[in-house]
Amino acid sequence: MPENHGPYLVRGARPLGGDPVDLLLSDGTITRIGAGLEGPQDAQVVDADGLIALPGLVDLHTHLREPGREDAETVETGSRSAATGGYTSVHAMANTDPVADTAGVVEQVWHLGREAGLCDVRPVGAVTVGLAGEQLAEIGAMAASSAAVRVFSDDGICVSDALLMRRALEYVKAFDGVVAQHAQEPRLTEGAQMNEGCVSDRLGLSGWPAVAEEAIIARDCLLAQHVGSRLHVCHVSTKGSVDIIRWAKERGCDVTAEVTPHHLLLTEDLVEGYDPVYKVNPPLRTEDDVLALREGLADGTIDVVATDHAPHPVEAKETEWSDAAMGMVGLETALAVVQRTMVDTGLLTWKQVADRMSVTPARIGRVEGHGRALAEGEPANVVLYDPADPVGVDGTTMASKSSNTPFRGMSLPGRVRATFLRGVPTVLEGKTA
Amino acid sequence: MRHLLSTGDLDRDQATLILDTASELAQVADRSVKKLPTLRGRTVVNLFYEDSTRTRTSFELAAKRLSADVINFSAKGSSVSKGESLKDTALTLQAMGADGVVVRHSASGAAHRLARWVDGSVLNAGDGTHEHPTQALLDAFTMRNRLGRLEGLRVAVVGDVLHSRVARSSVLLLTTLGAEVTLVAPPTLLPVSVHTWPCEVSYDLDAVLPKSDVVVLLRVQAERMRESFFPSVREYTRNYGLDGERLGRMPEHALVMHPGPMVRGMEISAEVADSPRCTVTEQVANGVSLRMAVLYLLLGGS
Repeated sequence: MPENHGPYLVRGARPLGGDPVDLLLSDGTITRIGAGLEGPQDAQVVDADGLIALPGLVDLHTHLREPGREDAETVETGSRSAATGGYTSVHAMANTDPVADTAGVVEQVWHLGREAGLCDVRPVGAVTVGLAGEQLAEIGAMAASSAAVRVFSDDGICVSDALLMRRALEYVKAFDGVVAQHAQEPRLTEGAQMNEGCVSDRLGLSGWPAVAEEAIIARDCLLAQHVGSRLHVCHVSTKGSVDIIRWAKERGCDVTAEVTPHHLLLTEDLVEGYDPVYKVNPPLRTEDDVLALREGLADGTIDVVATDHAPHPVEAKETEWSDAAMGMVGLETALAVVQRTMVDTGLLTWKQVADRMSVTPARIGRVEGHGRALAEGEPANVVLYDPADPVGVDGTTMASKSSNTPFRGMSLPGRVRATFLRGVPTVLEGKTA
Repeated sequence: MRHLLSTGDLDRDQATLILDTASELAQVADRSVKKLPTLRGRTVVNLFYEDSTRTRTSFELAAKRLSADVINFSAKGSSVSKGESLKDTALTLQAMGADGVVVRHSASGAAHRLARWVDGSVLNAGDGTHEHPTQALLDAFTMRNRLGRLEGLRVAVVGDVLHSRVARSSVLLLTTLGAEVTLVAPPTLLPVSVHTWPCEVSYDLDAVLPKSDVVVLLRVQAERMRESFFPSVREYTRNYGLDGERLGRMPEHALVMHPGPMVRGMEISAEVADSPRCTVTEQVANGVSLRMAVLYLLLGGS
C-alpha cells in the first residue's frame, strides 16, 4: 500500500471526455470538482491536461491464478497488472488449484487482494464442486463469507447439464447472485483448437463451431427467463450469439453479456502461423463476428467489456499449438483496445466506455463503491487516460507476471497515466505504486 | 525455397522443378552404385514423433543416396519421451549443426513451429491432420510418369478427407499443377468449408469413377466409426470402398493409388490392391526419388 495518502489535486482532466476541470481527491473521496480549484497546501498536483478521467474500471472476468499457479500470476502481480490497466476492481475467476468452491478459498483470495491493496479483488465462486459439473458447490457459504461472493462461474468449463444450470440460476436468487456461464457445448467442442471454418479446415486444426456457443446461450436465456433469474454470459464471441442475446433481451430475459478486447479486435487469420499466443477459448473468430460484437457492444446488447485476462508461463505457449494453453493476458491493454475498436471508430463515447467498463460491470457484480459517477462525494476511484499517446505493446515489460499478449508488436492509441483507488494512487505517471 | 512445410507454398514452376529433378534422380536407382556425392558433409536429422517406418525409411534412403549424414531421432528412446519440449529438441538439433530436419509429428503446425526455432531447412513429413507435402508430390510424380501429364488430369480423392494430411496437400498441389480434383466422401468426413476449396465435391463414388483418370484412396480408420462419422465399416465399404466391380467402371487407363498403409477390405479390396493398375509399390519407389529431389533442392544450394 502506498505511503502517501495526502490529497491529490488533478488539474485539467476531462471527466468522461467532457470539458476540462480540476478534481480534488482526499480522504478516499472526490471532495470537489470545478475549474481553477485551489487545493489545500499539502495537496499534490497531478497535471492531467488532455487526459480523460473515467471511474476506475471494473473487470468481471480475471484469472489471477493464485492459489495453485503462482508461476503464471499471483493476486499481487495480477492486481498490479489491473491497476496498470486502470482497474480498481477485478473479479478473480474460480478455476484455481484448489478450485474456489468453498468459503475458505474465496476468503483466502479476498484476503490476498486486501493485502496487495492495489485493487479490490472480488472472488468468483465455482458453481459446481471442483468445476466438475456434477454437484453444486456451497454457493450460499461463499455468498455469506467475508468475500461476499455474488458472481458464480465454472469459467473454463461450461455448466452443460441443463438441470444443474437451472438449479444454480434459481439458487443464487436468494442473495441476488448471478451465474456467469462459459457457453461451450462440450460434445461439439471435443479437442477443439480454433474457430471452425475455412482457416481450421486448411490448417488441419479441430474446429470449435459457433453453434456450440450459441446453442448454450439460447438454452440458458430460456432457462433464466423460466425461473426468473439473472444470467451473465461470459466472453461472447460470435455474431449468432449477439443475435440470440438481443432476442432474449427483447423478450424480457434478465441476461447480461460481456465481450473481451481480443474478440473486438483480432480474427482467426492470426492462427495461420500456428503461434499459440493466439490460442484462446472461445477462439478468435471471423471479421463478421468482430463487427457484430462491436455493434452489439455499441447498441447495448452486450453490456460490458471483460478482459478474460489469462496469464500463462512462457513454456505453456512455446510449444505445439495443440499442446499449448488457452488464454491471453489483457488487463493492461483493454482500455486502449476499446479506444481503438469502439471510440476511434465512432461507436462509443467515453461516457459509454465508462458505462461498459465500470458502471455496468460493477452493477452486475454488485460491487459497492465502484462504477460510480465522477461527482463530489463519490468514492475517489478514478483512472486518468491519455488517448493520444500511442504505445507499442511489449509483453515482456508488463506488470503481469506473464507476457502472453496477442497485441505484442502492435501499436495501441493510448495509455493509462494514473489510477486512484479510494484517493490513493495505485499508478502514477504510468508506474505502479 | 528454404523449407517445405505446405504444398500451398509451391508455385507451378517450383512444383514442376521438384518433379523434374526427381525424374533425373530416379535414374540413380537403376545404377549398380546408387549414390551421388551431392550432400556429402551435410547432416539430415529425421525427427519422428510418430511411428512411420515407411516414411522415415524413405527419407533415410533418400538422404543416404545423396551422401548426407543421417541421424534418426525418434520420440521413443530419446529425451522426448522424458518430456523435453519441441523447442528444446529443436535447439539441441540446432547446436548439433543439423542442415535439414525432416519432421513427423501428431500436432498440426509442428513443422511450422520448428521452422521458427532452427536455422536449417525444415521438411514436413506429415503434421497432424494438416499436410504431408512429399506424399502429395510423389503421388503427382507417379501420375505424371504413368499418364504423361498432370494438366487436365481428373483425380478423385476418396475417403477420410477431414482427417487426411495427404488430401490437403494433394488438393493444393494438384490444383497448382492444373489437375481437376474431386473429393469423394460421406459428408461427415469432409471439412465444413470444403465448398471453398479449389476442387469439386461428391458424395457418390459410382458417379465419379467413370470420369476419373486417377483414384487416390485414403485410409479410413475403423475408430472413426465409433466417433459416429459413419454407421459401420460395412456401410462405408459398400458406398466408398473400391472393389473389382467398381474398378471395372473406371476408364481402362485409370490408376488406383494409395498413400498407405492400406486397410484391405475397408477402403480397398484385395483384388484391387493387387491389380496392376494399383501403383502402391511404385509410389514407394518414387517416394525415394522424390525425397532425394526435395533434399537436393533445399540443402544442395550452398
